[in-house]
Amino acid sequence: MTRRPRHFPGGIHPDQHKAESNATPIATMPLLPRYVVPLRQHIGTAARACVEVGERVLRGQPVGLAEGYVSTGAHAPTSGTVVAVEARAVPHPSGLFDTCVVIDADGEDRAVEFQPLAWRELDPSALRNRVRELGLAGLGGAVFPSYIKLNPAPQPIHTLIVNGAECEPWITCDDRLMRERAPEIVEGIAVMRHALGCATVLIGVEDNKPEAITALRAAVAAAGADFEVIALPTRYPSGGGKQITYLLTGVETPTGGRSTDVGIQVFNVGTAYALQRAVTRGEPLISRVVTVTGHVARPGNFETRIGTPINDLLAAAGGALAGASGEIVGGPLMGFALMDLAAPVTKAVNCVIVKNPSQFPPRPVDLPCIRCGACARACPAGLQPFEMYWYSRARDFGRAQGYDLFDCIECGACAYVCPSHIPLVDYFRHAKSEIWEREREKSNADQARQRHEFKTFRLEREKREKAEKFAKAAEQTKAAANAVETGADPEAERKKAILHAALERAKKAKETVTPKNTDNLPPAIQGEIAEIEARRRAAGLADTPEKTGNDTP
Amino acid sequence: MLEAILVMAGIALVLGGVLGWAAIRYRVEEDPLVEKIDAILPQTQCGQCGFPGCKPYAEAIAKGEADINQCPPGGEDGVRRLAELLGVEPKPLGEGLEPKPRAIAVIDENLCIGCTLCIQACPVDAIMGAAKQMHTIIADQCTGCELCLPPCPVDCIHMEVVKEDVASWKWRYPVHMMKRVA
Amino acid sequence: MNGSPHSLAIGNSVNAIMIKVLLALIPGIAAHAWFFGPGIWVSLLLCTAFAFMLEVLLLLLRGFPLKPFLTDGSVLVTAWLLALALPTLAPWWIYAVGAIFAVVIAKHLYGGLGQNLFNPAMVAYAVLIVGFPTYMTQWPAPVALALHPVGPWEAFDLVLSGKGSISPDAYTSATVLDTWKTQARLGVPASEIVSHPAFGHVGGFGHEWVALGYLTGGLLLMAARVVTWHIPVAFLGAVALTTGALHLADPVHYAPPLLHLAAGGTMLGAFFIATDPVTAASTPRGKLIYAALAGFLVVVIRVWGNFPDGIAFAILLANVCVPFIDDYTQPRVFGHARRKTGPGDQT
Repeated sequence: MTRRPRHFPGGIHPDQHKAESNATPIATMPLLPRYVVPLRQHIGTAARACVEVGERVLRGQPVGLAEGYVSTGAHAPTSGTVVAVEARAVPHPSGLFDTCVVIDADGEDRAVEFQPLAWRELDPSALRNRVRELGLAGLGGAVFPSYIKLNPAPQPIHTLIVNGAECEPWITCDDRLMRERAPEIVEGIAVMRHALGCATVLIGVEDNKPEAITALRAAVAAAGADFEVIALPTRYPSGGGKQITYLLTGVETPTGGRSTDVGIQVFNVGTAYALQRAVTRGEPLISRVVTVTGHVARPGNFETRIGTPINDLLAAAGGALAGASGEIVGGPLMGFALMDLAAPVTKAVNCVIVKNPSQFPPRPVDLPCIRCGACARACPAGLQPFEMYWYSRARDFGRAQGYDLFDCIECGACAYVCPSHIPLVDYFRHAKSEIWEREREKSNADQARQRHEFKTFRLEREKREKAEKFAKAAEQTKAAANAVETGADPEAERKKAILHAALERAKKAKETVTPKNTDNLPPAIQGEIAEIEARRRAAGLADTPEKTGNDTP
Repeated sequence: MLEAILVMAGIALVLGGVLGWAAIRYRVEEDPLVEKIDAILPQTQCGQCGFPGCKPYAEAIAKGEADINQCPPGGEDGVRRLAELLGVEPKPLGEGLEPKPRAIAVIDENLCIGCTLCIQACPVDAIMGAAKQMHTIIADQCTGCELCLPPCPVDCIHMEVVKEDVASWKWRYPVHMMKRVA
Repeated sequence: MNGSPHSLAIGNSVNAIMIKVLLALIPGIAAHAWFFGPGIWVSLLLCTAFAFMLEVLLLLLRGFPLKPFLTDGSVLVTAWLLALALPTLAPWWIYAVGAIFAVVIAKHLYGGLGQNLFNPAMVAYAVLIVGFPTYMTQWPAPVALALHPVGPWEAFDLVLSGKGSISPDAYTSATVLDTWKTQARLGVPASEIVSHPAFGHVGGFGHEWVALGYLTGGLLLMAARVVTWHIPVAFLGAVALTTGALHLADPVHYAPPLLHLAAGGTMLGAFFIATDPVTAASTPRGKLIYAALAGFLVVVIRVWGNFPDGIAFAILLANVCVPFIDDYTQPRVFGHARRKTGPGDQT
């Protein structure tokens, strides 16, 4: 029985451009003199650096440790010396720098001792912990830490979908991987199934990759597995998580949720392969297959170590040809322009396209929206992009959200078909980040309000308690005085005198304590201040003691 | 004549009834005005508006005793939202009130003498420490109000502008190529 | 900007859409020229010239760059639709006033391309038929039936001088919709009206062929995916059903549906005017409701109204309802359990 894929709404048929890079086998990048390993390569919290400058590291040794729940580690791609832990160019649409561990290779490429796992005997929970340590994250582009996705709790998983659709034009890294390493992928899938404990495994591959489909089917048969390899009609974005889920199962991922809410987990074929390597060889995620294509001398796929500067990767593909007009990281529909060629390959980088003006002409001037509805017909989420655009452009983000902005998967199909050439996805991304920012600001403000209110309440309570104490003391004094009047008790007289003296002292102390003033401080503190001022002068922080810009006058 | 009056009266009754019913059926429970104003204010509690905190400023605005343009941390956006709420025209921030980039206070831990004066000054309890112990600012809770700067006897607190990094980066408003030539 | 996508569909632009619309109008224009003489060329020329000049002026006044907005082709489409909606051989200032209302009032005062609530050509038509009914009801007779067919130079002369040397009676005749309305009110039986030579086969001699031309162009436009099927089908369906029901009930007074489909501006309206994406509803169900409403209103105005044809008013009235229709016909979003029921749902 073979399933017939369903039909998700919308979708587009851009030119494939797969042939440029899928004809040659995966080549292995030569060892480079220097690698730059970013600590934030995955969704979630950045890893925490665990090596110091000057430290010698071995291939596969952790250089960053997972920090918090949604996080995973980073590992040295080769043996060598850590020469810097600092902000460097990273592949990110902002072009901002981020913390990286820079390693100078010693050329020996010595590895730590990898420990293969007998995964069939291993408890799924122990398996997940190892996967976390080995730095596995989804290699399809979202780079979500894999160990979390391998957890069948809180929702049990009945179906595992392995995504080999690779629907973006130009990219062929999954195609080549499936053709050349199908048995490893199939074993990786078996590991996933073991961890998830699910009944059904469906592998979806777009029908423009017949060799990959054949190879996978052969590998599944050879392994005696009951995984089903299904050819999907070639239509972008069939490789979107929600789209491939619907294509293969007919189940729609509920809005705001994940496919796990309906008992389905989706992994990329590249992740399955990396998992197989991690489990059977005990090797952490230190390399991946990257497509280099477009306007380069020898387009193809490269087994590339994480941390390889993109410059070097392009050089391995024969370098950019004359007339190149920039680079795209990822595919032409969802990728971003690379700002700095020194940025390294990360777990998220599946493709680098060198542009030329004929294949990637600059975006024409955008005209007003004529509401033609082409975007709505192309939208795989069934949205009305022109309405979302209208309100995003007017910065009326609430209304944009009302048109289900957050169901947008940013696939770019709308902007691809827009006859007015409006950068629709840019507007949606802007609107989303503004909404998130506002929500963050609001929660910060709420927290500050709460803390301020509590502080005010606490101060008042302390004041009240003090007043009560004082009143109690006064009553006692009065009682004592009464006692004196009634029968001149010398003991009471003495107590009264003490109390009186104490009160006087307190009164005096209250008068003298004038905070925010350094002159009336007790001599001990005065001395300390002098000492610190001396230290400050020594440190060159404060040139004169009079420099008191922040002090009360 | 009488007929016309009766018809008009009848229509008036029916419409009045419908309106009255709708008013009850679709009544919206409203927050008091002060709460609504306070919700817009950024809660830095910095006192730049001349009031000891955001709530007192909100109360003053509600009573009409303070203008809406006295809150620099809220910025032009905050003024605009207040203007929308109160149905008045937005205006630029008041004289000498300039919005600054968001910053948080940082204590130089080599210099701190543990005097607790900043702890008392902090409106949101964002400073940890005790007498004669080094103090630390909880960065997540700091509103950047700068109220801890003046009391410090040793000038060991300074403000650090919060820089944009990869995690906090926002997508910009797209460059609109269809510009007016004028 | 830095964002994706980095490649766009090839050959896809506003300009390409507008050119396809203009090309699709050619069969209708050709039929018009064949049956009604060269007057249509004069009105096309004048409308294009006026509209273009006004567009340039308005773009300059509003400080917009000329090149992208003049090359988008939208002003040409407006001009041509205006020329096709107005009677030919009318005085030149009729076209000038039409162009002013279409380009200045209906388009630019509402914010320019993409912002207008009403179809510009129809606004101009409505203003002219209310303001200058005499000129707007003098449709030239088919060349084959006219007492004095108008030649090319005569056509220019007639239009530019505003009043030619020949009486309008010599080259104009009542349209079939007009005839039906007046004759039927006078109690002339349908069989007699239909036997008149000006009636043609189904919807007026000549006019039915022009309608066929528009239908051909419209189908090509659908094949080219410039318009979806929703609006033409719902519009024509509503016209056919309403007139069909009336005709079945009383064949003597009410014209057959074929006449309503072929006569007047039905085909032009269904494929070229009601489908203007800026002013039409945009959701699939919304398009059906909007176009059916417009089609129904056409029949109401034709049958019971004072104007012989009702395309302009029907479409303008339907335009008014568009935001409301769109709000209540939002399609179900992928992953949502149910579709929205209205704007109140959008929070």
